[in-house]
Amino acid sequence: MGPNGSGKSTLAQVLAGNPTYEVTRGTVSYNGQNLLEMDPEVRAQNGIFLAFQYPVEIPGVSIAYFLRSAYNEIRKANGMEEIDPLEFLDLVEDKLKLVDMDQALLSRSVNQGFSGGEKKRNEIFQMAVLSPRLAILDETDSGLDIDALRIVAQGVNTLRSPENATIVVTHYQRLLNYIVPDFVHVIANGRIVKSGGKELAFELEEKGYDWLQNVGADAGAAA
Amino acid sequence: MIDTATRKGTRDNAAVGKNGADPVNLRAPGSIEAYRADFERQPAAPEWLRSLRAEGMARFEALGFPTKNEDWHFTSVAPIAEQSFRTAMINKAGVSSEGSTAGMVAAADLRRFTFDQPTWHTLVFVNGEFSENLSSYAGLGEKVRVNSLAKAIHSGVGRPERHLGKIAVFDNHAFTALNTAFIRDGAFVELQADAVVDQPIHLIFVAEGQGEAVSHPRNLIVAAQNSRASIIESYICVRDNLYFTNAVTEISLGEGAHIDHYKIQLESEKSFHVGTTQIRQARDSQLHSFSYAVGGSLARTNIYTSLDGDAATCTLNGLYLTDGVQHIDNQTSIEHIAPNCPSHEVYKGVLDGRSHGVFNGKVYVHPEAQKTDGKQSNNNLLLSPSARVDTKPQLEIFADDVKCTHGATVGRLDEVAMFYLNSRGIGRESARTLLTYAFAADVLETIELKPLREQLERLVLARFAGSES
Amino acid sequence: MSSGIEALVNREYAYGFVTDIETDTVPAGLNEGIIRLISAKKNEPEFMLEWRLKAYRRWLTMKEPHWGNVKYPPIDYNSLVYYSAPKSVKPLQSLDEVDPELLRTYQKLGISLNEQKMLAGVAVDAIFDSVSVGTTMREELGKLGIIFCSFGEAVQTHPELIEKYLGTVVPHSDNFFAALNAAVFSDGSFAYVPKGVKCPMELSTYFRINSANTGQFERTLIIADEGASVSYLEGCTAPKRDENQLHAAVVELIALDNATVKYSTVQNWYSGDAEGKGGIYNFVTKRGKCAGVNSKISWTQVETGSAITWKYPSVILQGDNSVGEFYSVAVVNKKQQADTGTKMIHIGKNTRSTIVSKGISAGEGNNSYRGLVRVLPKATGARNYTQCDSMLIGNKCGANTFPYIEVQNNTATLEHEASTSKIGEDQIFYCKQRGVSAEHAVSMIVSGFCREVFKELPMEFAVEAQQLLGITLEGSVG
Repeated sequence: MGPNGSGKSTLAQVLAGNPTYEVTRGTVSYNGQNLLEMDPEVRAQNGIFLAFQYPVEIPGVSIAYFLRSAYNEIRKANGMEEIDPLEFLDLVEDKLKLVDMDQALLSRSVNQGFSGGEKKRNEIFQMAVLSPRLAILDETDSGLDIDALRIVAQGVNTLRSPENATIVVTHYQRLLNYIVPDFVHVIANGRIVKSGGKELAFELEEKGYDWLQNVGADAGAAA
Repeated sequence: MIDTATRKGTRDNAAVGKNGADPVNLRAPGSIEAYRADFERQPAAPEWLRSLRAEGMARFEALGFPTKNEDWHFTSVAPIAEQSFRTAMINKAGVSSEGSTAGMVAAADLRRFTFDQPTWHTLVFVNGEFSENLSSYAGLGEKVRVNSLAKAIHSGVGRPERHLGKIAVFDNHAFTALNTAFIRDGAFVELQADAVVDQPIHLIFVAEGQGEAVSHPRNLIVAAQNSRASIIESYICVRDNLYFTNAVTEISLGEGAHIDHYKIQLESEKSFHVGTTQIRQARDSQLHSFSYAVGGSLARTNIYTSLDGDAATCTLNGLYLTDGVQHIDNQTSIEHIAPNCPSHEVYKGVLDGRSHGVFNGKVYVHPEAQKTDGKQSNNNLLLSPSARVDTKPQLEIFADDVKCTHGATVGRLDEVAMFYLNSRGIGRESARTLLTYAFAADVLETIELKPLREQLERLVLARFAGSES
Repeated sequence: MSSGIEALVNREYAYGFVTDIETDTVPAGLNEGIIRLISAKKNEPEFMLEWRLKAYRRWLTMKEPHWGNVKYPPIDYNSLVYYSAPKSVKPLQSLDEVDPELLRTYQKLGISLNEQKMLAGVAVDAIFDSVSVGTTMREELGKLGIIFCSFGEAVQTHPELIEKYLGTVVPHSDNFFAALNAAVFSDGSFAYVPKGVKCPMELSTYFRINSANTGQFERTLIIADEGASVSYLEGCTAPKRDENQLHAAVVELIALDNATVKYSTVQNWYSGDAEGKGGIYNFVTKRGKCAGVNSKISWTQVETGSAITWKYPSVILQGDNSVGEFYSVAVVNKKQQADTGTKMIHIGKNTRSTIVSKGISAGEGNNSYRGLVRVLPKATGARNYTQCDSMLIGNKCGANTFPYIEVQNNTATLEHEASTSKIGEDQIFYCKQRGVSAEHAVSMIVSGFCREVFKELPMEFAVEAQQLLGITLEGSVG
């Protein structure tokens, strides 16, 4: 969690390997490997998934084709056989229900003409299909009405297991009514200024970020 | 075996035949010679001007009148080339004399073109020659200098030679070359750094319309950094006669300068008008250009801007209304040389009678002009079965990180909208007026200068309502 | 952009092999003697020779056009060979008679003149250096009265149809390259679908240039009689050679009352190497005439090959209510140049046309869309919709749009939209974040961009087109 401009989304993008961000210092270790040395697709193939704050439109490319390509490339990278379109269709059917979406979604172009809520649900749907080890949800709750929020949260909760981890990046405590976090870290001015359990989120909701921002500014100045 | 020599010969002939398919020979030596004769008879001028004029004349003679090439694809200049116009002033006295023709035009003649704005700075030119008597431009402030170009040339004030011919290049533009050969008078507007002119500067070019005369007004506007002004050029006539106006305006925008430029073309319906406005824009400068073209039997307006500096912006809008057998051609060119420049363009045309409207808009994005954001649209309304429109919006893009779009439409009044208005009790004629006006008014709304916008709205409405405008 | 994409560089042109086959070739150069020789070799009736000579004499007076946005050194028309045929061009009764070397060539090309293709339901005519070498499925078509054969054969068997329609859409004097073609063309395909017949299978021609210094000048004529319909596919390849080879074909389509002709091209001529050496000059005149009421002509083209492409498949909308369509994907990479588009000439009442053009520029390629929509005074109610999108990949390429819209009727409605943008970095990153490799991401995004055109292609061609697109763009993102 953290106020606007604190660096939450930057962290998410950097972990996913967005080439427009340059890492000037520091290391990221993932399962004992240096994450920063991996291309974005290699990170994905190793189980990192980023649910984008602003999902990108790809006109003319159907979700089915897009997601099957992703699914098969990840399988291939992990030494597994690719699966054919029919098998894939079986696989995704359940996942669609999870986010309350229709089969018709599969033939639509990736994110093109989607409403804000549809885009976010589509991200969770993809996450469900690709079943990542580490999912990063970047402001997935922003711009969602309460129904959509519930659907998204339900999807995330269903996928939760001891084999995977989820980082939920958010500005508001609202989402945390539906997704109960194990830990809460607060970022301000690019660094973690406070950590705690779920009760920290409630405290933030009450007091706002100001009292922490000062801490961050001091820390930033000291660094 | 084939006879190569013969074939070569025949082919060359074929080439001539093809280009010369026009019924007239556009090189029209007769009229070009007449221009040469008048060129020779020009009164003495400083050395720099004599050599610039000579360059212009030589280039014009080399190019001849434009034939059907990409720039003149839809417009034949044969009517201009065929006519032997005499250069306005020289024809009268052979020498220039201040105010010699101004007597033909009275202040009353101009009233309906001045937008009832006595506070505007107004410079009047009659047949291309500055008229002190008809002009009023006091109180411009010390950072602003407005002068007749002829005076500046004579006195050397502001050293116009630093800019003249540098912006309006004429390698490939015959009419600009011709104008350059006859540079004599026009407006010279200089804005020093941070100068802000509150009231618009209105340049009125009056064709007095006697004798088959040609005038070559030449304007120079130099806006230093962060200066700001609105400049209007009106081209009008007091008699509905045959004459030819061949105007060129050069505008230099310094860093952060902001110029609103309006060109109001209300020439006589018998006349010919070719006008080129050529602009260079330094970084962060802003140009808002509006062209209103309704006059002339054959009229061509060129607005060419070059975005030389980072984040310079331009808006080129225009409205052309044609009727009878008029031919009105609008050509624009936006050259994106520097990165991060947005350009926006909307031109609309309403064509009636047996008239012919042309739009040719070019957006050229150089390889260095990354992050260009260009939008261009041209919409045409054909009111009569015999009206004709040709449009050619073109994009030439050599940078990859750009967003450019253009659109063009041609159509007639929306029958559904007509019916809707009819069903509300509005008669066909009124409905037609209303819808046509709405189509045109859309682009007029982009004019920031309120009195001008309102005046043009009145003119357009009156025109479509069928009354005299 | 990404190192992953760099790995895509320079896959070899898969069709660049040369076939060693005995050919019957006339001496280089062009004169009336050569034309008489070609006509004699084809055993043509007098009217054909007269027509050729008329075209040749006209050609002598014409000038090579240079208004296109393409650059190339002068072509020496006297050093070209105007006729080259695999020896033994006697009429072939079965595939067994075809030179086995030639059949192997076609197998390498992935097209076969054998059972497999017949099962696929495609009737194939293959043109090898200007001469047709076999037409499959003829019997089945014959039962329906459909004539599908080489042009040369049609001249022998149906001279009346040739005389009636040849040059009625693209006259012998139409333009420099069309006149040259009319003078020297040696073969091509001919199809005639009689009244009321819907051709039950795709007709297909595969063109291949093999011999060195040979110009290929084929001529295709397709006629759909009243109420008939036909879909025709054309594919092209050529060996890799250092010299430029000239391909100046002419295609004429005629649709009579209520008839439909659909013509699809996947053009993959050799494009030259990375330095711009070699490759085909593809200077082609393609035009269809909607002669009858309610007729329809539809062009779909995927242009990935050739050093230079200069072609404007057009439709003359003469019949009332006729429909013209043009769907195009043009890809340039390396130093390729393309100046392509269409002309829609609206003459009849309530004629409609649709233009969808997708240009992709990569490497140092230069791609121009040039299109004309002309509405003549009598074309009451004419409508046109044009959409023209360009995508740029890399910063050394160019994308140009030159639409010409000329309207002389106030009941016409025209809309033209165009856009140019770069391939989205954010799109590529999004794909990669999902585990998709860079190369796959680029081809996926580009295919998506072209989808509106691909969906117009017959199924098997669409797959081939997508693959070609991928191959052409390899190495384009670095």
